[in-house]
Amino acid sequence: MSYTFSRTKMIEKIKFGLLSPDEIRKMSAARIITADTYDEDGLPIPSGLMDQRLGTIEPGQRCQTCGNLVSNCMGHFGHIELARPVIHVGYAKKVLKVLRSICPECSKLMLTDEEKEEFREEHAKHIQISFEDEEDFTKMVFKKARKAKHCPYCGAIKKKIIIEKPTTFYEEEENKGSRRLTPIEILERLKKIQDPDLRILGISPANARLEWVIFTVLPIPPVCARPSITLDSGIRSEDDLTHKLVDVIRINQRLRENIDAGAPHLIVEDLWELLQYHITTYFDNQVSGIPPARHRSGRALRTLTQRLKGKEGRFRSNLSGKRVDFSARSVISPNPYISVNDVGVPQDVAKILTIPTNVNDWNIEEMKQLVLNGPIRHPGANYIIRNDRRRIDLRYVKNRKIIADMLAPGFTVERHLNNGDLVLFNRQPSLHRMSIMAHEVKIMDGKTFRLNLTVCPPYNADFDGDEMNLHVPQSEEARTEAELLLKVQEHILSPRFGGPILGGIQDFISSVFQFTSKESLYNKKDTLKLLYMGGIFETNPDFQLDHLKPITTDPEPRYSGKQIFSSLFPDDLNIRVRSKFCKKCDVCKGKDCEFDAYVMIKNGELITGTIDENSFGAMQSNSILARIIKDHGNARGREFLDNATKMLLYVIRQNGMTMGLDEVYVKGVAYEAIQKILDDANKEADKLIKAFDENNTKILKRAPGRSMRETLELRIRQVLAEARKQAEETAAHYIGDEAHSVIMTKSGARGNILNLGQMSAVVGQQAIRGERINRGYSQRTLPHFKINDLSPRSRGFVTASYRNGLRPAEFFFHAMGGREGLVDTAVRTSTSGYMQRRLVNALQDMVIENDGTVRNSDKNVIQFSYGDDGIDPMHTDHGNAVNLDVLLLKAKALDVQKIQDEIKSGSIPKKAASKKAPVKKAPAKKTSAKKTSAKKTSAKKTPAKKTPVKKAPAKETKVKEKKGKSTADEQDEDALQAQYKVETGKNAIWRGKVTKGYVDWKVEKFG
Amino acid sequence: MVKVTPKILEENLKQLQDDGIPEDLIEKINEKIKDEELEEEQLEYFLNKIFINYSNAKIEVSEACGVIAAQSIGEPGTQMTLRTFHYAGVEEFSVTQGLPRLIEIVDARRFPSTPQMEVFLEKEYGESEETAIKVHNRIEQIRIENITHDVDLDYVDWKIIINLIPEICENKGIDIDEIPEILKRYKKKGTIRREGNSVIIDPGIEDLQSLQKIREKILKKVVKGIRGVKRGLLMPLEEVKKEWVIKTEGTNLQGVVQIEGVDATRTVSNHIHEVEKLYGIEAARNMIIRESQKVLEQQGLDVDLRHLLILSDLMCVSGTIQSIGRHGISGSKSSVFARAAFEVTVNQLLDAGLYGEEEKLLGIPENVIIGQISPIGTGRVSIMFDLDKNLEIIKSIKGNK
Repeated sequence: MSYTFSRTKMIEKIKFGLLSPDEIRKMSAARIITADTYDEDGLPIPSGLMDQRLGTIEPGQRCQTCGNLVSNCMGHFGHIELARPVIHVGYAKKVLKVLRSICPECSKLMLTDEEKEEFREEHAKHIQISFEDEEDFTKMVFKKARKAKHCPYCGAIKKKIIIEKPTTFYEEEENKGSRRLTPIEILERLKKIQDPDLRILGISPANARLEWVIFTVLPIPPVCARPSITLDSGIRSEDDLTHKLVDVIRINQRLRENIDAGAPHLIVEDLWELLQYHITTYFDNQVSGIPPARHRSGRALRTLTQRLKGKEGRFRSNLSGKRVDFSARSVISPNPYISVNDVGVPQDVAKILTIPTNVNDWNIEEMKQLVLNGPIRHPGANYIIRNDRRRIDLRYVKNRKIIADMLAPGFTVERHLNNGDLVLFNRQPSLHRMSIMAHEVKIMDGKTFRLNLTVCPPYNADFDGDEMNLHVPQSEEARTEAELLLKVQEHILSPRFGGPILGGIQDFISSVFQFTSKESLYNKKDTLKLLYMGGIFETNPDFQLDHLKPITTDPEPRYSGKQIFSSLFPDDLNIRVRSKFCKKCDVCKGKDCEFDAYVMIKNGELITGTIDENSFGAMQSNSILARIIKDHGNARGREFLDNATKMLLYVIRQNGMTMGLDEVYVKGVAYEAIQKILDDANKEADKLIKAFDENNTKILKRAPGRSMRETLELRIRQVLAEARKQAEETAAHYIGDEAHSVIMTKSGARGNILNLGQMSAVVGQQAIRGERINRGYSQRTLPHFKINDLSPRSRGFVTASYRNGLRPAEFFFHAMGGREGLVDTAVRTSTSGYMQRRLVNALQDMVIENDGTVRNSDKNVIQFSYGDDGIDPMHTDHGNAVNLDVLLLKAKALDVQKIQDEIKSGSIPKKAASKKAPVKKAPAKKTSAKKTSAKKTSAKKTPAKKTPVKKAPAKETKVKEKKGKSTADEQDEDALQAQYKVETGKNAIWRGKVTKGYVDWKVEKFG
Repeated sequence: MVKVTPKILEENLKQLQDDGIPEDLIEKINEKIKDEELEEEQLEYFLNKIFINYSNAKIEVSEACGVIAAQSIGEPGTQMTLRTFHYAGVEEFSVTQGLPRLIEIVDARRFPSTPQMEVFLEKEYGESEETAIKVHNRIEQIRIENITHDVDLDYVDWKIIINLIPEICENKGIDIDEIPEILKRYKKKGTIRREGNSVIIDPGIEDLQSLQKIREKILKKVVKGIRGVKRGLLMPLEEVKKEWVIKTEGTNLQGVVQIEGVDATRTVSNHIHEVEKLYGIEAARNMIIRESQKVLEQQGLDVDLRHLLILSDLMCVSGTIQSIGRHGISGSKSSVFARAAFEVTVNQLLDAGLYGEEEKLLGIPENVIIGQISPIGTGRVSIMFDLDKNLEIIKSIKGNK
């Protein structure tokens, strides 16, 4: 399939135009005369709407025009000769405009020759410069031509033409009243227009003469465009279009008969109008001014316009978006033990989705085994495609052994989805590119798709019943692109703000907060267990517990959580971040912060600070993950995330994280304090209300630009908000820092202090449209209150806490506020969705051209340099191409003495210039290339080497490197493996030296 | 252990610049490490890292930067609040914020729902409240209704009596003597004179209804200030307490910059079309960026500036502000299919037929529709394979064997 060298034809361009009556007749396969479709025997009536010359829809039947079967016959048009001409509704407006600007006698455009010449020149210029619609231009022509009183050529007086929607035209002569313009007359006038005049009107006579919008012949679409369905009961049900065409033909026939019989003028006119109606509704069944044509059941027919239009129309539903095979959908559920790159796929799904695999000399045995397993046993196959392109369905093969033996190179086996295959995973709404990412398959039991918890933010997924879609790429090209561009690890950095969109969420944050706080200490056994859970020994085989220095040795050696967590970092990690709970002191004490809120990581060691959302959470542009990715690439970042979450999972499982009703039960002195705060606030509010009633401007000072009433509202809201805040603080103080709910809010895992306050102290003011609740009954909110009662309680201030329970009135107000929130969300999603659609539509064809400019599909320059600096926001550090602060920190953290000693002693030979180079080399050396590196990143980083600043040692190392190269070639596999270990991982030491790649690049670039 | 001297630093920076690092970044680096006293090795490492990071951050050719920009602006839209909230605390005017404001900007609305100006004052006026209020009085539009407590109709003599409030007049800096003069400009017929604190108008009409009509009209007349500036609020600038600025409800940029004491270089309006009319398209582009950035910032959403740049550049590329939508950018695309796939499908096709348009299939939706690979990202790359050369190579290999 994927290896065929077929040369598909490409479409270069498509030209639009109108069909002339002659063309319609020429391309017609059959003239349709009869209004019927099938006879009693169920055979199509010749010259009827289902004439077999129009193409076939029944399988096994050959088309009478082209002789093909259903699959190959694309259908043929027929035609009807109309007894009288009829106007196309869609062009009625245009016809009106043209009629108004041409002479009624000689059909010349009513502009003088000079004016025409002027417009013609303008038109030429317009086409050259502007890329706007022609419509704007022609508007001016119409405007000018309309003003003419009489024809400048034959002198005929212009008459006023009016349209009666949708397709009836009247000509109004002064003092004479109006006269209907029949389509015949209009046709005559339009026919007389000369080509140059049409061109000025924007119509291209080569493709479309205006008179062609008036039908004398009507094309009949082929049968396959309007297939009839046979119901189970054997009753045939025709397509809406066929129904409409039956009407058209029937009326046309009657009209012709009446004309031939010399029927009275009135009857002919009536039938003509009826024909116009049927043809109008055939094109558009939603024209204003006429009733839509209906099915017998009363349902409006879905005719041509309705087929194309709108979200369910042909364009948006079938052409811009297409249904695909090789896809699955299921409920998602979490699994923290798989990597972010993975997705757990149920076996049932894996047995249906297949991947076409070419059989060759190297995989033939494997494929044979798959074929033997067949469609039922899991790692099996569903189909085989033989050399002669015959497809064998393994479900119906009696003896698979024979088939398996038949297998030869060149066959294609459609094998089951298996571990390690790449699939695309998607959750709607697909608002950004991270909504579709590639995952590696892990076959699992159960019936749901499993995904790692840290990929929830980009998908915006949770597990309350969310469903997600899975697609299997079928071609080698598609898989390659998925691997290089779509994998989750390539999307850790978001192009929206230049930071990681992945990171710890919820319990991971609580866990890391507890784990790295000052008090957390672990004995040797626990430490080893934690290190094991974090996969330290796998990623860094040289790691030994002895490398860590225990914090205390009394009574037994103990290691701090900070130390253990640090072992996940690469050696050169240097970060300073302030925690979420930083008190924002006037003078920051830095690493001596008494709250342990200053996170300081020096050379891969967490020295002070408790890690929380700011340094470990998702969407934090300065998180540890961001720093690791910037220095070591996506693969290392993913590894860190996977390992850290696993370690933290173990931590939180040991610690436990729970919250009970008792935690928010505030009693005793604190309770009384809260009640006092609320009482005081109430009194304060009463005082304000009293001042308002008495118009006392001393207590209630009028705010500038506000009325007294507004000022009162404002002040009351302020007083109450202040009281709520105080109560909340009192409660938080009472609950203390140890409570799990407080840990959650403090670390930023979930919720905020307001939620806690609402549970334990006071729910607070309920608002509708940003104001206190003031609607309901006349001049009061509920009948429980007196009229004009402005007190906090009657206007939606809830003094109870959730724990204590709300009074009925309070509950009602709370429900009002809650409902507003729900409505707001519902409205917001639709408006923002539409905005997104418009934005994408307007911006979608903008691309970076080879010269670095941003252009649209017409090749107009939008920006000369992307973002004015040519920097990709995804690879920036929160918008800056280079984060000088962080780099400086790292530079300062370098142990200069050690480096110099090493250079002098020469103990460490050559080594690559930076850590990126070895990462790039790795895939060639390590057997499992997949896990080693992000190819894209490394490939990109190849040229990124800098000339050494120090001249002398640079040369020295260059020589050394050459030597190293030649020896390296001779080294055997084991030595290479050893060298790889030295070059990568935690023991690799940075050297600012030249690599060959850089020299090559430089030579190439600068000669 | 060699400390970096200014000379070495200069040399190194020179080299960095030769390697293609932009000047402004070099300047920043210089600023940063001037006083840091780095070791030479540390400097080397530092500069190398800068070069590596910078090279890695360069955008790649064929990147679909438009779609990324659209998604980066659109996706946070789902997280925004819909309601227009008032500023909490310091009471000002209600301002459209969040999603509605963003849609307003993107739509390029002719009339924003809450037009506002921030009027900066020249130094001699801006420093104290007393001087600033003088400018404020010149700007704020004052109608008759603002300075009267009632307007009586004298049905006996067919007169209109306007009773002014002298305190307010004084406050706003209006001389009551001037008012008849001003009103005469609007009403040519009849006589207008002052009598104490009231102004008496004799329009010479003896008809109750038309008299009432005139009364309503007079109430709305602007006595002073600039038309369109409904209200002005004097407030100290947050950062520097010394300076006073005037925030206004309603805009008239052209009027305001002509007032004495207004610093035209800093005064801004959030009415983008007005800015375009007065200062041109580049200013409008800047305003689009500023306003959209303001919206996102207020909502606490993190969006890279580059995405907003692309949006505003596209909106302004034709020389006038084009809206994002069927009346603007999307409607003026040259591809029939792209337009048809967006909105008003049928009309687009009908027009295409009549005008004999050509679909060149250069954009993305067009190629999706006909089922070809879209020319974007990896779809823009193709591989040329020289079959003849390949054959030669194969032959030569076989020959060698």
